[in-house]
Amino acid sequence: MPSITRQPFRTAVLVLVWGWLLFLVLAPNLLVVGASVMTRDPGTFISLPLNLDAYRQLFDPLYLEVFLHSLYMAAMTTLVCLLIGYPFAWALSKLGKQRQLLLIFLLIVPFWTNSLVRTYALKMLLATNGLINSALMGLGWIDEPLQMLYTEGAVIIGLVYLLLPFMILPLYSVFDDLRQELLLASHDLGAGRFATFIHVIVPLTLPGVLAGVMLVLLPAMGLFFVPDILGGSRNLLVGNVIKNQFLDARDWPFGAAASIVLTVTMAILMLAHRLSKQRIGEEGAG
Amino acid sequence: MTRWLPRAYLVLVYLLLYVPIGVLVVFSFNDSRSGYTWGGLSLRWYQSLFNNNAMVEAMWNSLWLALSAATVSTIIGALTALALHRYRFRGKKVLNGMLFVVMMSPEIVLAISLLALFLLVGIQLGYVSLLLAHVTFCLPFVVITVMARLSGFDESLPEAARDLGASDFTMTRTVLIPVIMPALLAGWLLGFTLSLDDVVVSTFVSGPSYEILPLRIYSMVRVGLKPEVNALGTLLLVFSLVMLMLSQWILTRSKR
Repeated sequence: MPSITRQPFRTAVLVLVWGWLLFLVLAPNLLVVGASVMTRDPGTFISLPLNLDAYRQLFDPLYLEVFLHSLYMAAMTTLVCLLIGYPFAWALSKLGKQRQLLLIFLLIVPFWTNSLVRTYALKMLLATNGLINSALMGLGWIDEPLQMLYTEGAVIIGLVYLLLPFMILPLYSVFDDLRQELLLASHDLGAGRFATFIHVIVPLTLPGVLAGVMLVLLPAMGLFFVPDILGGSRNLLVGNVIKNQFLDARDWPFGAAASIVLTVTMAILMLAHRLSKQRIGEEGAG
Repeated sequence: MTRWLPRAYLVLVYLLLYVPIGVLVVFSFNDSRSGYTWGGLSLRWYQSLFNNNAMVEAMWNSLWLALSAATVSTIIGALTALALHRYRFRGKKVLNGMLFVVMMSPEIVLAISLLALFLLVGIQLGYVSLLLAHVTFCLPFVVITVMARLSGFDESLPEAARDLGASDFTMTRTVLIPVIMPALLAGWLLGFTLSLDDVVVSTFVSGPSYEILPLRIYSMVRVGLKPEVNALGTLLLVFSLVMLMLSQWILTRSKR
């Protein structure tokens, strides 16, 4: 074991890195776990005694409804992203390499531009006297403007618009790895297009699907500014509830408990992703 | 199935992605006050943007924050990547795991955990809290960028340097840093854009003493349509685009 004096640089680097992560990642997360089992306190935010009231409060019908509605909107967002993204990634992976790189670049350009501004741009399109309604009325297809803004649909559209690249990128990477020989082998063994799709393509792209689901589903429950701008007060996300508890109601235990539910969901999805990858690895080796 | 169908599909999806942005840019030059009807070409929204002192101050605050957050996260991120790549130490997997968790966990979870920390430890919400938070969420991205560069690197060079008597620090400075330079630049630019665009974490950890751009936009767009936002959005778009192209250019050039 080299002593500290012999490798001052190494020691300094490790202390800095560990210090940062312990103070700004581990400690805050432990704090949230701790806060979730403590009691709300108007002065110091949290105080003893320990209890599970915050978790019980999650099952209060009022909040349960918000959570289920949020989960529903997040699930719809994920489904729409998958339905758009799966064929998209497939089609993309069949193009020439140079063109693929350009198109991937075009895909991440919107993703690096301010998400608030992009949500606002959608608002301009969807508003009652917005561009879509004006266009449809101008064409004479509708007489009354459609109510699109401040609906559940608007929130889902907003979330899909912001999160689609997160679904496409992992899908693209699995389609890119998909070996053409496997498809040919399946064809040679007498499988039709549909059978090949179900038995070869779907299982091999499953890790990409799960990675995409993970990257879309969780943010789709947390991006509180989307319902704020597009959804009105009836289409809230878990993120809105958490934000409300921490910034307005000052009920830390409840906000912390809600955030732990999100984290646990993430952990389960990550585990599923790992297992699906391992399964493919074993089948590939055997 | 024919060849044109998948291609038509790709084009359609790109249209859907870019139409809202296109509308935003076009309407930023619109003379009309209403956000929906075209009233001729004008730069009035850009003008009113720059005449708004609070807005200009928020812009400078955001730029300064992004600049410092990107710099600090690049330094710490690069050192982390070097440590992960070169050193054997206890808890390496834990370290890796923590970085992965930061990257994967929903932003809002990170946001409230940092808010709780700052309030309980007594760090005032403002520039310092924003900087600490932004560096934390940029860190994993820098580490990944630098690690990718290091993994394709010939191990005999640092060994040769060590054999010739260079200390660890000297070897890092003279051999490793030049090798990972492009990744450092790319990571810095990535951190800069991430910091500039962040809404969720900043909403929680900023205080009235240090107002930044995304929060100002947020309060503007919540109440209604504001044509100034179109102008501001267009400026941010051009800015991010330039940064992104720069980082891609640096990365592809260094590969040759």
